[in-house]
Amino acid sequence: MKPVLEVRDLMVTYPARRGAAPARAVDGVNLQVGQGEIVALVGESGCGKSTLARALVGLVKPTGGQVLSDGVPLGYSAAALKAYRRHTQLVLQDPGGALNPRQNVFDAVAEGPRLHGLTDRLGERVHTALAKAGLRPPEQFAGRFPHEMSGGQQQRVVIAGALALEPSVIVADEPVASLDASVRGEILKLILELRDSLGLSALVVSHDLGLAWNIADRVAVMYLGRIVETGTVEEVLLRPKHPYTRALLSVLPDSGEPPVLLTGEPPDPTSVPGGCRFHPRCPLRAAEQDSRCDGQDLPVLTGDPSASSLAACHLVQ
Amino acid sequence: MTATDQSHAPEERAAVPMLDVRDLRVNYRGGGRTVPAVRGVSFTLDRGQTLGVAGESGSGKSTMALSLLRLLPSSAQVTGQVLFEGEDLLTAKWARLRAVRWSAASVVFQGAMSALNPVRTIGEQICEPILLHDKVGQKTARARAAELLDSVGLPSRRLGSYPHEFSGGQRQRIMIAMALACRPDLIIADEPTTALDVMVQAQVLNLLGELVRESGIGVIMISHDLSVLSHMCERLAVMYAGQVAEIGPSKQLITEPRHPYTRALGRAFPTIGDPASRLAPAGLPGDPPTPSELAKLNESRGCAFEPRCPEATDACRTETVELWPSGPGREAACLRVLEGSGA
Amino acid sequence: MSALDTPAGLDVPRHHAFSRFCRAFAKRPAGLAGLGLLVAFGVLALAAPLFIGDDQLNVIKVDGPQLSPPVDGYPLGTDQAGRSVLLLVIWGARESLSIGLIATALTVVLGSTVGLLAGHYQGWIGKILMHVTDWFIALPSLPLAISLSAVLGQGAASITIAIAVTSWTATARLVRAQTLSVEARPFIERAKVLGAGNTQIMIRHVLPNVMPLILVSSTLTVASAILSEATLTFLGLGDPTSVTWGSMLQAAFLGGAVTAGAWWYLMPPGIAILIVVLGFTLVGRAVEHVLNPRMVGR
Repeated sequence: MKPVLEVRDLMVTYPARRGAAPARAVDGVNLQVGQGEIVALVGESGCGKSTLARALVGLVKPTGGQVLSDGVPLGYSAAALKAYRRHTQLVLQDPGGALNPRQNVFDAVAEGPRLHGLTDRLGERVHTALAKAGLRPPEQFAGRFPHEMSGGQQQRVVIAGALALEPSVIVADEPVASLDASVRGEILKLILELRDSLGLSALVVSHDLGLAWNIADRVAVMYLGRIVETGTVEEVLLRPKHPYTRALLSVLPDSGEPPVLLTGEPPDPTSVPGGCRFHPRCPLRAAEQDSRCDGQDLPVLTGDPSASSLAACHLVQ
Repeated sequence: MTATDQSHAPEERAAVPMLDVRDLRVNYRGGGRTVPAVRGVSFTLDRGQTLGVAGESGSGKSTMALSLLRLLPSSAQVTGQVLFEGEDLLTAKWARLRAVRWSAASVVFQGAMSALNPVRTIGEQICEPILLHDKVGQKTARARAAELLDSVGLPSRRLGSYPHEFSGGQRQRIMIAMALACRPDLIIADEPTTALDVMVQAQVLNLLGELVRESGIGVIMISHDLSVLSHMCERLAVMYAGQVAEIGPSKQLITEPRHPYTRALGRAFPTIGDPASRLAPAGLPGDPPTPSELAKLNESRGCAFEPRCPEATDACRTETVELWPSGPGREAACLRVLEGSGA
Repeated sequence: MSALDTPAGLDVPRHHAFSRFCRAFAKRPAGLAGLGLLVAFGVLALAAPLFIGDDQLNVIKVDGPQLSPPVDGYPLGTDQAGRSVLLLVIWGARESLSIGLIATALTVVLGSTVGLLAGHYQGWIGKILMHVTDWFIALPSLPLAISLSAVLGQGAASITIAIAVTSWTATARLVRAQTLSVEARPFIERAKVLGAGNTQIMIRHVLPNVMPLILVSSTLTVASAILSEATLTFLGLGDPTSVTWGSMLQAAFLGGAVTAGAWWYLMPPGIAILIVVLGFTLVGRAVEHVLNPRMVGR
């Protein structure tokens, strides 16, 4: 399967601030999203997952590596980016903030088509997008303003705004994190439906492993700028290899296992440890005392989607 | 967990419960109209018991919890009774209420960053209530603060550090230390782990759980996450539209919910490995009622959850719904409960 | 998230924003009083040509008593040429108000443009613009205005320009700060991903969100512009033939009204300035309260 969206050896380094080293937010990532595939990118805050999402839509320019769309490397001229954005769209975490409070629903959804000169039968396009996003009948919503709608409806407007450009990939950064529990499932259902009806591919960034279980085909677990484990959802979540994935799963309330609480300093992208970057907090290394853990760097995972699971760990290979 | 916890309670049952909330109602006045936030909530809580309050935004769960200690803005009108050790806090004098807030009951707020004063060291901030309330010397207070910091898993040498020198999870633990400063009988934790990562959340919850077990403090914990609550608390109250939809032992509420809303909330966060939720996220169509819809609900009959309920019948629109016993130690506000017991 | 903040989320449709604004404004007595003052002065100024003719303003044609205290027919007395001070104050409102309003319009356009650009382009463009702004802030405004009118010649136009040149910096700073905060909000990121360029982001997203602030600050700018007009005319930079409140004060001062104790000549233009400035300030404060959601209820 040819990937519709791919990153190769992607690096994003933020320049040093006073007194601190440069922050290696994304530090070598390979990832592929196939046609009609939903990939979940999971990690804790500060692991670089949001930066990776922004690099995928061209909001952040990588300092190394490539973003490829249908196999073609992304250019960073204004025209190239604009053309790319018909293809890949972003859905943000906080729908209330992602909508301009002074624009009504119609204008918010019509914004993309207008910017791309798709003004022929604009009304129809907007209404179709609203209906696809589950705001039916669309006429009833077009004149509303963001503050008159619930969080779930706002998120549907944001999704409709992306759909109005008929993209082939959607990158969603924590799409349900700020929504109510009962609304969360409705929005996730919508993402699944869009995949089934439109063949849309999606990369969903989240801190929530349950979300991956709910909607994703494959999952990538990120720690400190790298993907430490990737594979099919069943393989990674039910038979985790990497000690970090195992720890994440063990602290879930329903895990049924004794929680493995990680100790030590929270990960800091301005000082990435040598060797395996997880070694200072790794419970497995504490037990096994292998010299490779802090001495030998791990290769970047290839992100090969045909492998059912890959883990970046000296001890579980 | 629940079954065992229930059995050790009886010896305390004889006395008055530590906290007895009766028909608590909160209305917000503003812009020339009244918006109900809490519409009649009653429950009791004893020492060493933990009650989880779950609900979505606008369900009134935070308002309900904060109104117990009269921590709401002046636009909120609170009626009903909050009997703490037999004394009604809603009618208590301010001086008495302040004393209760300092020593007997304390609150852990959700925003740990904004609740800590950025220009004072955490040592000073933990010592403040001890000095004010326990009337002890600086040295004793300092020693107690060090002890508290130690008990929440932070080195006591960091008493001289400022809030910004700590991570989010550490600050939340400092908040817990501050809440424990005057050895309270009751802690109200309002979304104590919402802004935290899963790993840090697990650490904070673990800590809270240990402290409760060791010291026999009563805890009311508010969260939108049913699975977190069910593992932290013996009893669970699910709130919808300002009322309790279902209340009872956590395990039972999760495994066999009697209210359709509890069922929907329970499914919203899937259990990994459960084939039923794989590629099948469960939600609930519609939205929680808006403030103006809540105002209308207050005047009309029928079940507040009816518009979103997958099992609603015509009767749900016309009958008045209240909490009915739905099993040992549990109640649910659903007409189906009556049907079930009748048939 | 909690029910605590729900009462503020009143669900009033936005297309009634203007009528809602009016209703909220109507609840502010101070703002209404200010508006009343301004409307009264505005109507008088607009209607002035209907009841004031050349024969009442031309020093050669008037026939009243010279520098007389209030008497019958001259309720506020006369100036040294025998003109009615009341009519002069009403006529003076025309030019004082128009200079104030035009100078404000220039200030707002220049200040908002610079502020918006400096806030949006945070690279070298923004730095240069802010350095220019700082440079103008450091310039002493009175000498700058005096030298400007020396170059441009006396008259209303040069005074208007002088006021605009010295007062746009405050607006620019304000708009830049607000632009920075709007630019940090997620909907700007969304617009970028949808394909919006710099111009579209500034005009469609930032400007509408900065507009209320510009509106509020401009009502206050009008007040200070009218004061500046009076100052500059008093210093002799205005057109000597035209009647404004500033020129009346200057004429009174030069004509010895102070030593003669002619309070009826000095006070009315001064009080007129005071009332109009007060009117704009009251309206500005009321608008600020209505538009700024954080001040609602205070």
